[in-house]
Amino acid sequence: MIALTEQPFDPGAELNRFCRGRSETGAVASFVGLARGAADQAAVLELEAYPGFTEGEIGRIAEAATVRFALHDVSITHRVGRITSGEAIVMVITAAAHRREAFEACDHLMDYLKSRAPLWKKEHGSAGPRWVEPTARDLADAERWAPLQGADIP
Amino acid sequence: MAKVLLFGRLRDVAGWRERLYEPGPTTLGALKALIAGQDADLAAALEAPGVQAAVDRILARGDCPLAPGVEVAFMPTMSGG
Repeated sequence: MIALTEQPFDPGAELNRFCRGRSETGAVASFVGLARGAADQAAVLELEAYPGFTEGEIGRIAEAATVRFALHDVSITHRVGRITSGEAIVMVITAAAHRREAFEACDHLMDYLKSRAPLWKKEHGSAGPRWVEPTARDLADAERWAPLQGADIP
Repeated sequence: MAKVLLFGRLRDVAGWRERLYEPGPTTLGALKALIAGQDADLAAALEAPGVQAAVDRILARGDCPLAPGVEVAFMPTMSGG
């Protein structure tokens, strides 16, 4: 499931909903990204999406990960609009037969979302608004995953 | 007619988010030339590294034809989550 939401979401409730009614899944892994509130960070973030396109591109990333890690299911919830520090920005949940695939798929999905998801982030800090682009670290993290022939995103 | 959408910093450069071009250019290259004739700053921003175009919500590689009623989105480097 891919969801973009302008409203704050409850990561615990998402995880409970995802785990419910599974009989073949042995492992569920999750990651929650929070808006940081440190002194050098923005007080308010603004995330812009391209409705209809952003969901589709995130869906392609999720489908590729499903093939690559033999996932039973995947859920990606992403905030858009204005986000204040301490709120959850993104949650990725993966289900697989065993833990290794679930962990790795979660890690992989976050690396791809950070560098390839069609979202535009603006920080509203004390120095004024600033558009944010992937850091060298974000790009290097995504490069850790070798393309999988025929199944991965080109 | 062509609908053009701008995202991220491109919107700040242009000062608009959405604009209709009537009559619509028949290729992506012609649309960019039209924009260049109106706004040199935006034209330069569109040529910056990492800027991508989507035609009817499909990423375009290079030039491509534009059908009447098309939606063209120009997107700067994506920020991710």
